Parts: sequence; structure tokens; C-alpha cells
Amino acid sequence: MSFDNAYEAIMEGSDETHWAFGTGFTDALSGVDRAVPSDVDSGDLATYCLMLGDDALVLSQRLSEWCSRAPELEEDVALANIALDLLGQARMLLTRAGEIEGAGRDEDALAYLREEHEFRNVQLSEVDCGPGPGGDFATTIARLLVFSSWRLALSQRLVSSRDPVLAAVAAKAVKELAYQRDHAAQWTIRLGDGTEYSRERMIAGLDRVWPFTDELFTAHPVETRLAAVGVAVDPATLRSEVDGVLDTVLGAASLDRPTVGSLSTVVGRDGAGRGGRDGVHTEAFGYLIAEMQHIARSMPGATW
Amino acid sequence: MDEELQREFDRVVAAEQRIEPRDWMPEGYRRTLIRQIAQHAHSEIIGMQPEGNWITRAPSLRRKAILLAKVQDEAGHGLYLYAATETLGADREDLTQKLINGRQKYSSIFNYPTLSFADVGVIGWLVDGAAICNQVPLCRTSYGPYARAMIRVCKEESFHQRQGYELLMTMMRGTEAQRRQVQDAVDRWWWPSLMMFGPPDDASSNTEQSMAWRIKRHTNDELRQKFVDMSVPQADKLGVTLPDPELRWNAERGHHDFGTPDWDEFWRVVKGDGPCNAQRVAHRRKSHDDGAWVREAATAHAAKRAAKESAA
Repeated sequence: MSFDNAYEAIMEGSDETHWAFGTGFTDALSGVDRAVPSDVDSGDLATYCLMLGDDALVLSQRLSEWCSRAPELEEDVALANIALDLLGQARMLLTRAGEIEGAGRDEDALAYLREEHEFRNVQLSEVDCGPGPGGDFATTIARLLVFSSWRLALSQRLVSSRDPVLAAVAAKAVKELAYQRDHAAQWTIRLGDGTEYSRERMIAGLDRVWPFTDELFTAHPVETRLAAVGVAVDPATLRSEVDGVLDTVLGAASLDRPTVGSLSTVVGRDGAGRGGRDGVHTEAFGYLIAEMQHIARSMPGATW
Repeated sequence: MDEELQREFDRVVAAEQRIEPRDWMPEGYRRTLIRQIAQHAHSEIIGMQPEGNWITRAPSLRRKAILLAKVQDEAGHGLYLYAATETLGADREDLTQKLINGRQKYSSIFNYPTLSFADVGVIGWLVDGAAICNQVPLCRTSYGPYARAMIRVCKEESFHQRQGYELLMTMMRGTEAQRRQVQDAVDRWWWPSLMMFGPPDDASSNTEQSMAWRIKRHTNDELRQKFVDMSVPQADKLGVTLPDPELRWNAERGHHDFGTPDWDEFWRVVKGDGPCNAQRVAHRRKSHDDGAWVREAATAHAAKRAAKESAA
């Protein structure tokens, strides 16, 4: 490209040369069969896509709060990168959920126009672990360590899901999550081993997120039914694998596994259940989606 | 000896060749470059704030992804520009201290607030556009690491500019409320964008020496004219009005005539009294200070590990 003309290029529509990395991004879902397997309940599958999509969307939203606030520039880049990867996973899963539902809702209708109780994410993804008052960098890392270890184990199994779309999304996610887990593990070790203060913060961070870990391994009826037909993963079956990973990392950081247990829960609408998967969320979640949805909701009919 | 080195330096620069980190260079050249590159790096880092302001509220997931990636790119630009200053013997921590203590400046444009999502698009179109006008010539600047960094920066900036313009195009095709938002954003950002080229040539103190050193290649007024000439047809195509009653084509000059920016406002913002100067620096200082224990922990861990390895 001629650099003297870089500026003029925006007037032209089709020329690719001024795009830094071209426009030939690979589409993880290109050529994947989008038909729902005939023995699979499509309502369940749509809900399952929402669950996994919402986990990624909400944690991406939380991580993006760090942007311009990270402890060093390298970490600004890394956290934004992780948030972007999760957002990418969320977009594919929400699009898939809307497509299976068949009611004309696209990724944006699902992200921006649902109410709190319609979100199916686990509570771990929504709690404030910093940079807000609910946490700090160590808490953010503690959450990321638990979340990415769990989601990586889950995605590794989903690669062989009978639903080809879930399998393709998982195959892409596995590479991203392996990086995320590695990033979180390295920081857990640095902070656990670094200074007395960083060790205290890391211990406090793990204590903060630990009560939300049980939910990750509790199967929702939708997950149980879909696991029985080879589409989903029963999360209870991931527990020993994930525990093993966490013990290894905590051991390397000379940290003990937190002893705090899970919290008691409240019942959801219509007695639906008691967890994020049932639409029951924490107080902080309303603020999170209010912020996320505000512009989209206040300008009806707008195109973005 | 020094005279010989100076002659060789002058010859390399005049021949449009590159000065590299290990080459001899005059102290003034080194100092000026560190100041200029650091100021550019600071601008990238401070520039994360006005747009980062909209990431959590971006009204579609696609726009959220584009914006997050763009702000991430700015952090990356800051990083490799700081790295370029380190090839001249500067230290990133020291430069960061100068930024948060107000001893070094960054582009004044980021001292204006972003008041609607349309601002994200207008910053891409006009602010990144003006930055590109300033920076494209620096891809041929005399200091090698800076020139190479600018090539990458310019590629990514042109990507951002296109995305900003595309957002505005989409909004202009949307609702009346969206079109009003775009026009309002253009009204607020047009004049500050013209000020990005710096004061008029007759009031610019550094131009002459910097041009001789090939670390500046066009004067402020030349670049400003180029930017206006480029922006006018883009504004037409977009369907917005640029807020300058004196703006018109001058066939004789082959350029657009345009009004005079409010230089009093420019100097007030440069000297610290812009709408967001204090806020931007305080934000940077807080992030830096809040992260101090994390950086200390990383350093302590690295030292412990190195000690263990050397003992083993």
C-alpha cells in the first residue's frame, strides 16, 4: 500500500490493501452443518447455547471493565484479548440459540433485550471481581483461573458433541481457553509467591470467588437431558479434572485450597431452581446488564 | 572526532537513510525524539480512555468487539512506541511518571469528552484521520525504530478510521435521532481535530530543526490543509455539515479555504484547562498506582525464581 494514500482509502469500498491484516478472517463455523440432530430437543439445545453464550458474554463484559485500568500495559492488552475471545464465543453461541429458537432473535436481541431472569449464566461470571469495589486484580485472576479451567475442560469434551455447531465452537474455544488458563495460572503463581501483600490479595481473591464454584459442577435438567443424547456435558463429571488442575496451580503458588463453602441460595421464578442457570442472579447483575443494554434500549429502531 | 561523526550523521539524514540505535547522534536529536515519541506513546495510552468509556455500553455485540479491539490496539501502539524510546536510552517507568506528574504532554484532543456513541465513530473518522495525516510522513522519518513503528501504527490507524467512518455511515442510514447524534458529534470534534496539527506555522517553535532532522516532514499548516481537503468530500458523502461558515472551495489555490480555529481555546487546553485534562491524568495515575503492588509482586517472583535457578 502507498502510505501517502492511507487516508484516502476510506472513500473506497472494496479495496483490501489498506486493512492491516486483510479481511480474510477464518469463520469457525464455515461449512458446518447447522441442522439440529433429529433426536435432540431443540428447546433444550437453544437453552444450552444461551447458558454457555451468557457465561462468555457476561465475563467478557466484566473483563472489559479493566480496559485502561490494568496494572501494566501488557495486561491491558491481555485482558482485552481474553474479553474479545469470550465475546467471540458468546456471539456464535447466542446466534445459534436464536437460530434454533426460530423466533427471529439475533445475537443482539438476545444480549440487549432480555431481562435479568432470562440470562442463564453461572453467577461466577457476573460477580464484581474488580476493578470495581468487589475485588482487585488478584480477585479477577482468581475468577479467571477457576472459570477458564472449568470452561476449558467443558469445551474439550464438547469438541465431540453430536451437535456440529457446538463442536465447532468448542474446537475454536479450546485454543483460546488454554491461553486464558495459562495466563491466569501464571499470575496466580506470581502473586502467590511474589510479596507478602500480593499473597494476601491472592488468598482473599480465591476466598471471594470460591463460594461460586459449586454451581459450575451442578447439572441443570437441560444439561442432564442433552448429556444423555451426547450433545452436552454433565458438568458434575468435570469436577475431579478441574480440581486436579486447580490443585496443581495452587500448589505451584504455595497456596492452600480455600475452605469457604458455597452460599445458600434463593428460589427463582415459578420455582424454576436456584442458580444462574435458572435465571437467578446476584444483586450486581442488574447493574451490569443495565449498563450493557442502556443505549440499545434507549434508541429503539436504531441500526448499529 | 565529533565533527566527523556529525558529518556522517548529517549525510545519512540528508540521504534519506536511517539512523539506528547504535549510531552516533547529536544529543538534541536524541532528546527531541524521546520527547516526540513519548508524547505519541502517552497519547495512545490516554486515548484509550475517551473511547474505552463506551466499551461496556456499545449498542451491538459487533460494535463492542470492534471498539474493544481498537482500544486494545492503542495499548499495543503505546507499548511499541515506549519500546522505541527505550532504544534511545529512555525508561518506560520514568516516562510514565512524567506523564502522570504532568511534566510530559499528550495530544490535547483527548482532553475533550465523548458524549454519545457517535463520538466513537467521529473519533475514528476525524481524530484518527488527523493522526494518520500527521503520522504517514513519519513512516519515512530518519530514526529507524520510530519509522518502523509508525508503519505498523499507520496500518492499524487506517483500519480504525475506516471502522469509524463505517459506523457513522450506518448511523446516518438509521433513525433521525442517530443522525442528530452524528451531527452533534461532528460539531464538537471538527475544530479540536484541526487543532491536532498544532499551532500555525508562524507560532510553532520546533518546526525548523525537526524538519532538518527529518523527524518532521511537513509543516503544521500544510498538514492541516491536507486534512481539510480530504475531509470535505467525506463529510459530503456522509451527509453531515462541517461547522465552519467560511469553508469553501478555492479554485485558484486548488484547496479549500477555511476558518481559523479558536487558538485561545487550544492554548487553554494545552495548558491544562481543557474539559478533561485533570480527569484523564488522574485516571492514568490511579491505574498506575493501583497496579504498583502487582508489578512489585511480578518483580519479586522473578527475582526469587532467578535465585532458585542459579542455586540449582
